Amino acid sequence: MPEPQPQAAATAPPLPPAVVLRELTRRFGDFTAVNRVSLEVTRGEIFGFLGPNGAGKSTTIRMLCGILPPTSGSGSVAGFDIASQSEQIKKQIGYMSQKFSLYEDLTVEENIDFYSGIYRIPGAKKRERKEWVIEMAGLADRRGARTATLSGGWKQRLALGCAILHEPPIVFLDEPTSGVDPVSRRSFWELIYRLAGAGVTIFVTTHYLEEAECCDRLGFIFGGELIALGSPAELKKGFPGEIVALECERPFEVLKRVEALPGVRQATLFGAGLHLTVDRAETLIPALREALPDLEVHLERIAPSLEDLFVSFMEARTG
Amino acid sequence: MKLKRVRAIAHKEFLHVLRDWRSLGIGIAIPVLMLFLFGYALTLDVDRVPLVVWDQSATPQSRTLVDAFKASRYFTMLPAVSDYREVERSIASRRAEIALVIPVDFAGKVAAGRAVAVQAILDGSDSNVASFALGYAEAVVGGYSQQVTVAAASRLGLPVSGALLKVEPRVWFNTDMESRNYIFPGLIAIVMMVIAALLTSLTFAREWEVGTMEQLIATPVTGGELILGKLIPYFAIGMFDLVLSVLVAEFVFHIPMRGELWLVFASSSIFMVGALSLGMLISIVTKSQFLASQIALVATMLPAFLLSGFVFPIANMPYPIQVFTHIVTARYFVVLLRGIYLKGLGLGHLYGETLFLAGFAVLILALSHLKFKKKIV
Repeated sequence: MPEPQPQAAATAPPLPPAVVLRELTRRFGDFTAVNRVSLEVTRGEIFGFLGPNGAGKSTTIRMLCGILPPTSGSGSVAGFDIASQSEQIKKQIGYMSQKFSLYEDLTVEENIDFYSGIYRIPGAKKRERKEWVIEMAGLADRRGARTATLSGGWKQRLALGCAILHEPPIVFLDEPTSGVDPVSRRSFWELIYRLAGAGVTIFVTTHYLEEAECCDRLGFIFGGELIALGSPAELKKGFPGEIVALECERPFEVLKRVEALPGVRQATLFGAGLHLTVDRAETLIPALREALPDLEVHLERIAPSLEDLFVSFMEARTG
Repeated sequence: MKLKRVRAIAHKEFLHVLRDWRSLGIGIAIPVLMLFLFGYALTLDVDRVPLVVWDQSATPQSRTLVDAFKASRYFTMLPAVSDYREVERSIASRRAEIALVIPVDFAGKVAAGRAVAVQAILDGSDSNVASFALGYAEAVVGGYSQQVTVAAASRLGLPVSGALLKVEPRVWFNTDMESRNYIFPGLIAIVMMVIAALLTSLTFAREWEVGTMEQLIATPVTGGELILGKLIPYFAIGMFDLVLSVLVAEFVFHIPMRGELWLVFASSSIFMVGALSLGMLISIVTKSQFLASQIALVATMLPAFLLSGFVFPIANMPYPIQVFTHIVTARYFVVLLRGIYLKGLGLGHLYGETLFLAGFAVLILALSHLKFKKKIV
């Protein structure tokens, strides 16, 4: 993943916040998909909406795009109310839904031309934008190819291109990188930075934590509820306790032994070792060495990662 | 309503049709197949009925009667048989639809000027053919009988002409009473109805299923633009089918065209819009390609086939069904096409039907527009 770039200079002050949610709720029958979520996204920000599958990410994004009416609460996008002014919102946004919603039987150019027509991009501009999308997506050699024959990464970049042909100030991306190879994911995020650098507000959902690290701010949604909000650094700072990384052989067996030790709040498998959430690393590290005399372990206090953070959030919620 | 968007949608939809052999098949191959299949197979004319004769008399008199049957285009003569069992077998095996048994004393009674009965045995399992065959047989025998009477009377020097009553038929519009002339214009209506609704029943449902609709409804496009844009290519296909139908009618089946061709196209255009919109409405409401195509088929094919008066006369139906046929649009289109084709009628006679079709089209379009929501649920 590329390093997060500095946030684009804030746009003119009179503009309303890009996205506002106030107690936004959506129920489907008895099931509450989104439960009283409130947050604000400022202009030019890359806002990551993070959460496991089924947490309510897509439902929220659909309400913001004006294609799903909220059950209660309110929200606005570019200053327009999501319940009563959804058609005005649709002129201000680009939306890329979870499936890459391109017409598979149409060629790359035909898909672009179609959306140019839908967004009524005038003639001269139309050619310029089309070339921009083709260049951006790296599809110069495949402009005449049927979309169905493109690989996931290309489809994803083309779908993004079609969604932002009309240069919308706010872009909603719903799991844009799911099912795409790591190289394509990296180049996709480079595109997102390019857009953000040009002052576009990005509202992106993901369940990849390394992608979340690239966002200016994050909202963590779980079971329909927003349980954390802030920049990655702020969130990590608020982590309750300290993290000790433990490297050893057969970490699964060690896990059972250290879990029971006093002062260890939580132990989870992490890569080839363990991450222990502890009250104070300083006192626990010697205690651990004592408790595991038979093993060759490497112990180190580390800064909590987003993964540590969200694992702890989820454990706290599910018990 | 922005023209640019309508054009983009129409263009995209055209590309879908061109690249999807199923759509092309439904749009072009099936109508052509239906026209030929029904054009050739669906005839209500009963002629060349297979006939077997057991001539027990075997005299010049009986042979004259048999020759009269041979000369009729309504019968095909099978080799003669010589006993009752063979007659039975011919009928039972369906080789013959009708058997004629001429009694031994036929010649004697005819010569004596006395009444004589000729037995006709019919296969009643196909009541339609049997009743036609009986009618034909009665006519042939009646003709023979009249010949004999006239001959006898003239031999005796008696006047006979005044005693005979005769109908002088004059058939209008379909002078040869070819059932095909009557069926084919109706057939065009049925084909157009079914194809139109089937084609459009897929459009909206497909976009919902594939997921492209979610993308579309998040753009500023309007329901009206989508509906119109999707209507245009299928309307073009429908018109192409109409041209094909008119050509097949003219050059393959030689259906007489007494009216104005432009009227056929004008009324078809109005009808097409209604039928296409109906398919679209079904697609919008169901959001499922499978369900939509099934419903479109049942909602158009059955009523168009059974209740349009295309083959089965509406006047013979039970009253409640007759009332129901008034909402079957194909009924009006069948009347229109038949009127133009066979009777050469102009708008002066057909404005009622035309207005109904136009009203239906407007109603269904309005309903489609009302039912299409730019929302996921």
